[in-house]
Amino acid sequence: MKLEELRFGTELLKRGFASMQKGGVIMDVVNADQAKIAEEAGAVAVMSLERVPSDIRKTGGVARMADPQKVIEIIDAVSIPVMGKVRIGHFVEAQVLETLGVDMIDESEVLTPADEQYHIDKKRFKVPFVCGARDLGEALRRINEGAAMIRTKGEAGTGNVVEAVRHMRNIMGEIRSLKGMDRQEMTDYARAIEAPADLVFECSERGRLPVVNFSAGGIATPSDAAMMMQLGADGVFVGSGIFKSSNPQLMAKAIVEAVNHFNEPEVIARVSKGLGDAMPGLDVHTLRADEVLQTRGR
Amino acid sequence: MDVNIGVLALQGNVSEHIDAFRRALHMMGRGTSSEVFEVRHPGDLNKCDALAIPGGESTTISRLIEKNHLHEPLCTFSGGIFATCAGMVLMATYVDDVRIRTLGLIDMVVDRNAFGRQKESFEADIPIEGLEGGPFHAIFIRAPVAKWVGAGITVLSRMNQGVVAVEYGKHMALSFHPELSCDTRLHERFLKKLCDNNST
Repeated sequence: MKLEELRFGTELLKRGFASMQKGGVIMDVVNADQAKIAEEAGAVAVMSLERVPSDIRKTGGVARMADPQKVIEIIDAVSIPVMGKVRIGHFVEAQVLETLGVDMIDESEVLTPADEQYHIDKKRFKVPFVCGARDLGEALRRINEGAAMIRTKGEAGTGNVVEAVRHMRNIMGEIRSLKGMDRQEMTDYARAIEAPADLVFECSERGRLPVVNFSAGGIATPSDAAMMMQLGADGVFVGSGIFKSSNPQLMAKAIVEAVNHFNEPEVIARVSKGLGDAMPGLDVHTLRADEVLQTRGR
Repeated sequence: MDVNIGVLALQGNVSEHIDAFRRALHMMGRGTSSEVFEVRHPGDLNKCDALAIPGGESTTISRLIEKNHLHEPLCTFSGGIFATCAGMVLMATYVDDVRIRTLGLIDMVVDRNAFGRQKESFEADIPIEGLEGGPFHAIFIRAPVAKWVGAGITVLSRMNQGVVAVEYGKHMALSFHPELSCDTRLHERFLKKLCDNNST
């Protein structure tokens, strides 16, 4: 077969890749050893980054894309897909990760935004993107820019699931509310939530987002992960929740099993036994406005 | 004949397979009497005439097969299996990764991610042996290939990197994702063969 007959980087390939992650757990890792532990525990993919969100909170300063050397070490250490985070709007960090061979890019509010006006024009890339969202309007704006996967933002690095729940309920609730609307009302609604009308129509027809929707930001236990699945998530991202717990191996395996059996409380009970301490949590109400990550990018 | 089709729902592209089989059954005029459902536990397999093993992450699915005590029941499953991507990896006798315990249902040696990473994923129109209606629009996502296939295995399609579609008895294994395109010809071919087999 001739090379010119192959088509790369299409919308279908990007969304198809995201779809293969469904029912899975994507784990944050900062080095090759952690990546191997995640793979061994049954992660569907790993997210490579410089520091996990709870450490970013502690250290402060500008949080950027990880060192390419580290990303390459992680890529070489595992056979599962490797994702990487870039700053909102930082299209050159995205070009760098694409060149390195990262399988998906997370344009993430966990890092310090590089552009307060625009997100990355993701349609120009061959590699698929995942973006955070807190409500339907935000999710559809990202999809319109080319995101192949959405993750509800939650509040990263807190070990507190309350914001993840709020954002998942927002999106699922807004999609359900479309059911009672006719086309004109939906057009009006699209204007109100600042989203393209054709994407609102598509959500209404499918009864879901046009792309895979994962949950993120505060998941720290198997029960947290299973709750997000029951609320309608297609899968979960776990950031600090694994490698800031007292026994990462056990916690990682338990969360994978809980996501697989999210509707079976007896399984969740079994895998939750004797896990040691979950990551230390933070009350999101005590965060100062400048410590809140979810409001970055809209 | 009515067919009951299970889709192994441990991880991956499950709902797309359910939809694709429903579309295929509808095209074949069997939409009303047949059922398509998720399979998670060994007991669910007893109800299935056929099983789809979807794409997803093969290391993850392999691990969950063990956790859910599905390895033996899958190895002895008497129906046909329709396996795509990660599913094809699991059907093999040997794969280039010791962490994956394959089912060994099709005598072939499979390489994972044979075309490379996601940026090397591609779409292409490929010829399929004996398939009417022209080439099949195939979607390859971090796809595996068979480097070697045993005697008695029918090769349906081959690319430079290796074999991308095979048939063996009631089973079909594909490197690519027919459930992501609108074309149900391969699903229909699988079901037709299964029904012909069962009625003789």
